[in-house]
Amino acid sequence: MKIELDFLAVLAQWPLLAKGVAWTLALTALSAVLGGVVGVVCAWMRAYGAKPLAWIAATYVELIRNTPFIVQLFFIFFGLPAAGVKLTPEIASIIAMVVNLGAYAAEIVRAGLDATPRGQFDAAKALGLGRMQMFRLVVLPPALAKVWPAMVSQIIIVMLGSAVCGQISTEELSYAANLIQSRNFRAFESFIIAGAIYLLLAIAVRHVLTWVGPRFLFGASAKAGVR
Amino acid sequence: MVDFSLWDIARNLLMSVRWTVALSLVAFLGGGVVGLLLLYARIGGGGVAGKLVGGYVQVFQGTPLLIQLFLAFFGIAALGVNVSPWIAASVCLTLYSSAYLAEIWRGCVDAVPKGQWEAAKSLGLSFAQQLRLIVLPQAARIAIAPTVGFMVQVIKGTALASIIGFVEITKTGGMIANATFQPFLVYSFVALFYFALCFPLSWWSKRLELKMSASGR
Repeated sequence: MKIELDFLAVLAQWPLLAKGVAWTLALTALSAVLGGVVGVVCAWMRAYGAKPLAWIAATYVELIRNTPFIVQLFFIFFGLPAAGVKLTPEIASIIAMVVNLGAYAAEIVRAGLDATPRGQFDAAKALGLGRMQMFRLVVLPPALAKVWPAMVSQIIIVMLGSAVCGQISTEELSYAANLIQSRNFRAFESFIIAGAIYLLLAIAVRHVLTWVGPRFLFGASAKAGVR
Repeated sequence: MVDFSLWDIARNLLMSVRWTVALSLVAFLGGGVVGLLLLYARIGGGGVAGKLVGGYVQVFQGTPLLIQLFLAFFGIAALGVNVSPWIAASVCLTLYSSAYLAEIWRGCVDAVPKGQWEAAKSLGLSFAQQLRLIVLPQAARIAIAPTVGFMVQVIKGTALASIIGFVEITKTGGMIANATFQPFLVYSFVALFYFALCFPLSWWSKRLELKMSASGR
């Protein structure tokens, strides 16, 4: 049997692929920002919050980390409407990604918080900073700086996981690949190309985030904190 | 219409747990064997083999598992070879696991002090002997916790096999949800079953990790 591969037939559909990439990146960017915030809040709750708060955060983290993303997504998209909450595929995807990333980010940030040297608290107290100020200005930036590589990896894992969102008809990259192969029956070529694009996106996102972190998230204050 | 009681939902899901467990075991054990071979190639195979394994790991870690499954199932079928969901999911998850395990274990081998290699070499052991008798036993101790942790990732990964038609917990849940019109309830149950499978492993992995760090590596 002779197999003929025709990658051009897939690449000819580049507007669909481009739209898919745009959606994948948009979903990732939004969930990275919101999920990061959720993660920091939960990490704070677990490390410094009152007992009930710490317990709520711990339950959330364990529930999410021990169930598959696809089940979380289906629960939100198919399950919640039965309970009266109707969501578009895009909104459901974003919520699922934020909830998912938030749990992992909480664990990652907490590891950073745990590594804060005791003297930092004493120094901050001596400067007369309040509890919130201490967390925001003294504890958090160096903690973020320390765990940033792990955070970047997790954001990339969530981006790759977002391929599942195509199953509820969010028009991201894997949805585009599926649409293309259903039109021209070039399944093998479609998924090879989609895989290659994901790989490039993963590499690009890692570079961008590695560059962005120290410049915009935990700049000079973190450097001062780490010393 | 057939009425599904709460017990019917739970029972049907429970029956499908074995397929999730079976696929997880195949992927984990198969991935372990292939992962060991990759590990060996990476540390002992010289520059080219090391680069190839590095590329292999990068491809599997840098692309979605879903796309890998699509490629193994729909992609291969489009080339004229029909594969069953069982075969496609097993092969795909095995390769996926092997890439992660090879990477995890390489980290553990790297964590063994260099002096151990040198000492083994000075005793006249061959490379295979150095690895098997001296380095791997020490690396294995460090590797247990992250390896158990990775089992959780494998179990969660098998949920994606539902999309290519492999009937495990998630797929069964979808079918029951369609039959009963109670997706909220059914997906809660599905999540619960995964939690029951994964949480003990997570907990065990964390305990092992704490034990390791307490005993000073």
